Amino acid sequence: MPKRVLLGLLLACGLAAPALAQEPKTGGVVNAVIQPEPPGLMLALVQNGPTQMVSGNIFEGLLRYSPKLEPQPELAESWSVSEDAKTYTFKLRKGVTWHDGKPFTAADVLFSIEMLKQTHARARNNLAQVDKVEAPDDYTVVFTLKQPFGPFLGIFEVGSMPMVPKHLYDGTDFKTNPYNNAPIGTGPFMFREWQKGSFIRLVKNPNYYEKGKPYLDEIYWQIIPDAAARSVAFETGKVDVLPGGSVENFDVPRLSKLKDTCVTGAGWEFFSPLAWLWLNNRQGPLADKRVRQAIMFAIDRDFAKDVIWNGLGKVATGPSASTIKYYTDDVKKYPYDPAKAKALLKEAGYKGEKIRLLPLAYGETWQRWGEAVKQNLQDVGLNIETIATDVAGGNQKIGDWDYDIAFTYLYQYGDPALGVGRNYVSSAIAKGQVFNNVEGYSNPEIDKLFADGAVATPDSERKEIYDKAQKMLVEDVPVAWMLELQFPTITRCKVKNLITTGIGVNDGFKDAWLDK
Amino acid sequence: MKQFWKSMLGSPSGIIGLVILLLAVAVALFGPMLFPNSPWRMVQRPFLPPFTLGTVPLGTDALGRDVFAGMIFGARVSLLVGLVSTLVALVVGIPIGAMAGYFGGRVDDALMRFTEFFQTIPSFALAIVLVAILQPSIYSIVTSIALVSWPPVARLVRGEVLSLRTREYVQAAIVTGQSHSWIILREILPNALSPVIVLASLMVATAILLESSLSFLGLGDPNLISWGYMVGAGRTVIRQAWWITVFPGIAILISVLGLNLIGEGLNDALNPRLSREGR
Repeated sequence: MPKRVLLGLLLACGLAAPALAQEPKTGGVVNAVIQPEPPGLMLALVQNGPTQMVSGNIFEGLLRYSPKLEPQPELAESWSVSEDAKTYTFKLRKGVTWHDGKPFTAADVLFSIEMLKQTHARARNNLAQVDKVEAPDDYTVVFTLKQPFGPFLGIFEVGSMPMVPKHLYDGTDFKTNPYNNAPIGTGPFMFREWQKGSFIRLVKNPNYYEKGKPYLDEIYWQIIPDAAARSVAFETGKVDVLPGGSVENFDVPRLSKLKDTCVTGAGWEFFSPLAWLWLNNRQGPLADKRVRQAIMFAIDRDFAKDVIWNGLGKVATGPSASTIKYYTDDVKKYPYDPAKAKALLKEAGYKGEKIRLLPLAYGETWQRWGEAVKQNLQDVGLNIETIATDVAGGNQKIGDWDYDIAFTYLYQYGDPALGVGRNYVSSAIAKGQVFNNVEGYSNPEIDKLFADGAVATPDSERKEIYDKAQKMLVEDVPVAWMLELQFPTITRCKVKNLITTGIGVNDGFKDAWLDK
Repeated sequence: MKQFWKSMLGSPSGIIGLVILLLAVAVALFGPMLFPNSPWRMVQRPFLPPFTLGTVPLGTDALGRDVFAGMIFGARVSLLVGLVSTLVALVVGIPIGAMAGYFGGRVDDALMRFTEFFQTIPSFALAIVLVAILQPSIYSIVTSIALVSWPPVARLVRGEVLSLRTREYVQAAIVTGQSHSWIILREILPNALSPVIVLASLMVATAILLESSLSFLGLGDPNLISWGYMVGAGRTVIRQAWWITVFPGIAILISVLGLNLIGEGLNDALNPRLSREGR
C-alpha cells in the first residue's frame, strides 16, 4: 500500500520521475516539523524520537543502514570480520573534523563507547557481548567479542551509538556539560540556535568530509504543538517536511492530494515499529492461552489498518516485523473470526470476568483504535472496561503489571536479538520497566532459543532458531500483535532525496537537496 | 398547585421548555430500546454523510459508528449526569445554607467561609482537576460537578432562611418550644424552596454543559458515549465530516436551552409578585 501511494504520487507529481536522474542543486532552506519538542539534543544522553530526528543530522555513527538494513560506511570507511566471527576491525575515515575543527580519531570512538555504556541503556545492552575495544592506531578500531554475536554489525546506527567528541566530554560531568545545549558532532549540519517552543536551527557544515555535501544551507525544525495547526502549516507553505507521525492519520489523504506533495512510507525500516496489545499472562482469564488466542481471532486488524491507519502499515503475523531479519510468516494464522473466538472462550470456560483495557494516550488515532478493539472484544462476549489514563499513568500501570490488556508499540532495530527477544525472554521480567517482558510470559524453551539465536553462526542456523521461536510464540500468543506501523512522511516534492536510509528523516538531510 | 400549573403553562417559554425536556427524557428512557445496538459498534463505512442511508440517518463517524445511535445513548448520559449531580449538589448545599442562615453567628461564619473556599476556585478548573485525579468515570464526573455547583445553592438558601427566620410564625414556633430541626424542615424550608427550584433547573443545564466540556477534553467516562465526547472526537475531522460534531452539538444546545426556558417558566410561576406584575 505505501509503495502504491508513493508510486501514485510520484506519477502525480510528474516531475519526480525524471528527477531521479537530476543533478543535485546546492543551496536553500528547508522547514521541517519536529513533534514533540525534544527534551534535549545530546544524543548520547537523550534517545527520544524527536531528539534522534534532529540530532541524527548533527551527530554520526560508524555505520549507516540502507532501507534493506545493509551496513554502509559513514565514519567507518570499511570493516572486516575475522574468521571466528569474534574480531571486528573498523577503518575510520581520514580527514574528518568535529564542528569545532578538531580532528576525529579512534580515541573519540573509544571514549564514546565508554561514555555510552554509562548513559545509553540500549547501547550498554548492545555492547554486552564485547570483551574489549582497542585502537592500534588513530584510524583503526578493533572490537573483540566474548563469543560470536550475529547482529553485531547492526548496532552502529547514529541513534544507537553516536560518536561523541572526547576533547569536550572527557573528564567532565556528562549531564551538566555545557555542550549538551549546543552539541558538537561530525555530521553534515551544525547546531546554530534553539528558540524553545518555536524552532531549532541547523546550518550547513562547510567542512563536511563528503565533498559537495550537504546541499542545503539551513534546516529549521519548527515546533508546533497542535496537530491541526501542523497540517495547516504544511498547507500554507510554512513547512515543507512533515515527518512520520506529525499529523493525524486522517489528514494524510487530504494533504497527499495537495499540489506538489509527495508521500512515502519508507524510512522506518530500521525501527520497524510494531504495535501490539500487552496481555497480562499472570492473572485472570488471560492466563489461559485459549483466551489469548480468542483475542487474536476477535480483533479485526484489517479494519484497524484500513480505517484507523488509513491503509498504511501491515497486519502483523507475529513477534517480528516483516522488515527485520529472519522474519517468517510460516506461523499460525489469526484471521478475523469472531465465531472461532467465541468457541475458544467457551472452551476456556470464560464467565464474564471483567477485563481492563488501557489505550495508549498518544492522540486521536490511538484513542479511536482503543474504542474499536474494545468493541471487537465485546462482540465476542468479553467484558471489557476501558481505563482512561495519560501517558505517564499508563506507563506506570504497565510497569507495575496493574493491567489486563494494554496498547503499545516498540521499535525492533533490525534484528531479533536486538529488538524482539527483550519482550519474551523470562530474564527480561523486571517490575517497574515498560519496554521489557511486561506480559510476564515465561517459557524456558523460548529463553533458550533467543539465547542461542543471538550467538549462533552461520546465518542459516540463526534463521532456523528464530523460525522456531516465532512459531512457538505465535502459538502461545504472549501478546496480541496488531500492526506493523508505517508513519508516512509528507514532503513538498521539491525536497529531493530526503529518505535514502533505513532511518529516513533521522539522518536524511545529508543527501537531501532542494529543486528550486 | 393549580395556580402553579396555570401560570407555568401560561408562559410560552415554560411550555416549550417542558416539551423539550419531556422529549429528551423520553429519548433517554425509550430510545435505547429502539436501538438495541451499542453506539460503539461499527455499522457502516466511516465518514458516511448524513441523509444518504436510512439505517444511519445522521451518517457515521471516523470509525463507522452510527451518529444517530450515539446521540440517543448520549441523551441518557447527559441527562443522568445533569440530574444526579444537581441532586447531589442540592443535598449538600441546602442543609449547609439552612444551618448557616438559621443558627447565624459562628456557625454561619464557619459554613460560609467553607463555602467561599469553593467559590473562589474557578469551577470548571476545579472540575477538571478533580476528574483528572479521581480518574475519569461516571461517578467521578458526577461527584466533581456536584462539588463545584453546590456553593450557590448554599448561599441562596442561607439568604432565604435569614429573612424567613425573622418572620413572626417562625418566632412563634421557637417560643412554643419546637425543636430546631422541626422548625427548619417544616416551617422555613418549604417557604424557601421556590427560588431553589428555579436555580436547580438552571443547574441541570450547567451540569450538562460541564459534562460535555469534560468529555470534549477527553475526560469523559471512556465506557459511555456522551454528546460532549462526540463533539470532542469529531473536532479534529470537522473539515472532512461536519456532521459528527454538528448533530451532538445541536442536541446539547437544544437541551440546555429547554432547561433554561423551564427555569424561566418556573420563575414566573413560583414568584407570585413577578407573575402578577407580568400580566
